[in-house]
Amino acid sequence: MPENVLQPPSPLGPSRPRTLPDERGARRTLLNQVARLEEELSQLFCSVWPRKDTDFTVAGRGGPRLLSLAELEELRDELATKVHHVRRTLSERTHVEEQNRRLIEEMMLDPGAHRWVRVANEDIGEPGCKHWHVRPRWSFLGMLMGWWRVVISSGCPLSASHG
Amino acid sequence: MIELALEEGWVEAELAAEFPDLRLIHAAIGARPRQSPPEVRERLRTLADRYTGAKVIHMRQDAVPWAYRVFSRQVGIDPDTDRTPVEALAVERLRRGGLASENVVDDALTIAIAETGVPVFVLDADKLQGDIGLRLARPREWLSDRRALSARQLVVADATRPVALVLGEVSPRAGVTADTRRMVMCALCVKGVPPIVAEEALWTLGETLGGQG
Repeated sequence: MPENVLQPPSPLGPSRPRTLPDERGARRTLLNQVARLEEELSQLFCSVWPRKDTDFTVAGRGGPRLLSLAELEELRDELATKVHHVRRTLSERTHVEEQNRRLIEEMMLDPGAHRWVRVANEDIGEPGCKHWHVRPRWSFLGMLMGWWRVVISSGCPLSASHG
Repeated sequence: MIELALEEGWVEAELAAEFPDLRLIHAAIGARPRQSPPEVRERLRTLADRYTGAKVIHMRQDAVPWAYRVFSRQVGIDPDTDRTPVEALAVERLRRGGLASENVVDDALTIAIAETGVPVFVLDADKLQGDIGLRLARPREWLSDRRALSARQLVVADATRPVALVLGEVSPRAGVTADTRRMVMCALCVKGVPPIVAEEALWTLGETLGGQG
């Protein structure tokens, strides 16, 4: 027992040990796995930002309390499932975003071939309201003449209170 | 300059076996609740300016906040629902656009948590009986008249009864009130947090509270 560990004085009597000694190794392993999975989930959270609508929730267990071995296993499994799900979702999302980035490049190179196409920052996983929009120069005249260009918005509109 | 005698609270054997690095560091100080002096309010304003959305998002990857997230998870708390004190503070800062001054005790806690990331809390020293430490709640124990505890919950306790939940609420039977004249400042230290950081949190808290003998 470490030196800093002292028995609390208690008129209610000592608490009965409820963690069997042979569980220690398993519990230690599970706690380390939970820590590692929490780290992965935190890294994914930072990678996902500023994208929205990703669920990171892994329900609590009524803590703070000492979880049973079964509860620790259940928590580890739920965290692993969540990490796997978020990683797959992020992978699919970044694939689409990469395609959208390529689309922006193609729009810039050949606006006429991408008439009225609009790509927003959100579509490429970036924060802000900026968007790329292929529109005709001089409205109907541009449409008739085939004069298309990419208009890049200047950002988010001011809120009503600033307007 | 204040004088603090830092002490380490006891940790019940079963809890220490599960979390060998778990510590409760505490120190007594003579201080009473009052309105915050201008320099404390100014410090709060300066601290509030440090928080940006991106910084708050990435906070969970910083060593100290991350250590408390992991500990929360390991003891059955969802840190995204019941946030660790430093994350709760950061989110509140973003929501309110600043760190509002309440009184010197709350302001000192806010400053200590924001500066170090360590969860700290204060108890009324005159309401405690014996040494304080960490243990598991026993069957049929109560945190307050209205708050029953379930067995195996992690609590801060004195020699006779639980006085606070770990990373949670403080019992009104041991909390600081307007009549408090002596306080016990407590910092929870978990795996991944060097004790010196927790000690730094208590020094920050003590200096902001300002010892009054």
